[in-house]
Amino acid sequence: MSGHQDQDLRPRRENWASKFGVIMVVAGSAVGLGNFLRFPGQAAGNGGGIFMIPYFISLLLVGLPLVWAEWTMGRFGGARGFNSSPAIFNLLWRHPASKYFGVLAMIIPVVIYMYYVYIEVWCLRYAIDYATGAIAQVGAGAGAEGSVAAYSNYFKSLVGMTENGWPSKEMLGLVVLTFMLNFFLIYRGVNKGIEWFSKFAMPALIVIAAIVVVRVLTLGTPDPSMPERNILNGLGFMWNPRLAEGTSLLSSLANPQMWLAAASQVFFSLSIGYGIILNYASYVRPDDDIALSGLTSAATNELCEVVLAGLMIVPAIYLFLNLTDVDFGSTLSLGFHALPSVFERMPLGNLFGMLFFLMLFIAAITSSLSMLQPAIAFLEEGFALGRRASVTFLAMIVTIGALIVIHFSENLVALDTMDFWVATLLLFILAMVHVILFGWVFDVRLARAELTRGAEIPIPRLYWFVIKYISPVYLVAIFVGFCWYNLPDRIRGIIESNQRETILFVLAFVGLLMIGFTFLIKEAGRRWERRLELETQEDTIP
Amino acid sequence: MTAGGWIMMTLSVGLVLALNVYCFAKVLSTPRSEEHLHGPLDIDTRDRDT
Repeated sequence: MSGHQDQDLRPRRENWASKFGVIMVVAGSAVGLGNFLRFPGQAAGNGGGIFMIPYFISLLLVGLPLVWAEWTMGRFGGARGFNSSPAIFNLLWRHPASKYFGVLAMIIPVVIYMYYVYIEVWCLRYAIDYATGAIAQVGAGAGAEGSVAAYSNYFKSLVGMTENGWPSKEMLGLVVLTFMLNFFLIYRGVNKGIEWFSKFAMPALIVIAAIVVVRVLTLGTPDPSMPERNILNGLGFMWNPRLAEGTSLLSSLANPQMWLAAASQVFFSLSIGYGIILNYASYVRPDDDIALSGLTSAATNELCEVVLAGLMIVPAIYLFLNLTDVDFGSTLSLGFHALPSVFERMPLGNLFGMLFFLMLFIAAITSSLSMLQPAIAFLEEGFALGRRASVTFLAMIVTIGALIVIHFSENLVALDTMDFWVATLLLFILAMVHVILFGWVFDVRLARAELTRGAEIPIPRLYWFVIKYISPVYLVAIFVGFCWYNLPDRIRGIIESNQRETILFVLAFVGLLMIGFTFLIKEAGRRWERRLELETQEDTIP
Repeated sequence: MTAGGWIMMTLSVGLVLALNVYCFAKVLSTPRSEEHLHGPLDIDTRDRDT
């Protein structure tokens, strides 16, 4: 093998420029619509304050342990020149089959991007509509109940929920604009694109969210004719522990659905299991801290979720709407039907509506950026493609997927299918792969040395017991519970749905992508084996 | 808002805020890893005359 080819096997190494930058990048990947819309809905719908008990326990037993595990595996791979999940899995578990688990880490973020970018466009469109005043009077004169319905109709017509087809030219223009912004930042690279943007976007997001929180908390009693609708009662609806009738605290806590909801929220919110943290951590310098960085990025995610969203969304809804008009279990309904109705009734509602949806847009774009990087890293290191070639190849794939999502918009069927089967079901499986690889396959001495090297905080000894025994069992329990409560209805839904062909078409598209990535990983695997052989030879030369 | 609500809100919000203050204070006050590295002249090999 020539020296030139040997050099080709080792791609150019990129690094984060600063510790603050990497924390903002990872936090930006985790903070999304789930923090601001899903968490408050789950908490309010599952016992209010009592929900926080299983929530924090899940954070300690599965959230933080998996965050540290992914940071550790990522930096371990990055130090050896590998940035993508298939290559890192191959490195951690020297078995021919190991790299194929990485198919999930390619497919999950890429498929999520296909529909997430469209949700991003909705946020941008709402922010523009608030800025121009176009949305201001959608529910005017309709009363609280009619107003939510009016905004629901507005949303349905905007995204084309009534029938399949293409949305308006303005919406397609925003799709193109959002795509270009994403790919421009991605093309500039991890340091000059993603890190540069996140360092500004994340603090801006937190400041905007804090402004909206202050506005909500200072609303007092907006309608003096309804004194019970005051901010304290609004906070009470979010935070008062609501026990099931005739039960004690302990028996209310024994509700498995509440534990499932809390654990799922922690799991989805921290972006664990996607392969994104693994990829981002691979760009950390080998001797830089990952223990404190991992904890800080998780803490930032919790700040946005528990503090900012927890004090903002539900109290605002309580002040202005009838609670029976609001579907707390639906993220889209809460964000795009109920909240616009709240902003319509709030003093300076247009301004705060614009700020809120701008904040959601920023949260969404920092997340969508992270969804593309793992696949780009794979193409770069697996086939020695340049940045431009790998970004172009990926852009073609996600454009096809996004067009499918946009076109098959009746009841958001394509989006919903991808969200359930890929972003939820496959995600659980990939998270289990991560936890098993780290806790059982990765040599425990190597894992300990990797996580503690350069660590700015001590890692509790209990961590190693939790990640090896508790986290896998907890994760399996969530997965089984999730399948038990959701899978039969989903399968029945496909059989009975009048959109069965569309659902099967979307699933076939995802299946085709999985097959394609499997072949690509097989080819890339040969290259990685050559690299590892080469490095072994170099190590043995006296 | 009940006493239970105040307790849950204060504990949850307080815990997360305290964790953030601790983490960011530590991140911003810790020098980068390169700054830990010692140049050859900084290393005291104890073989020089004093």
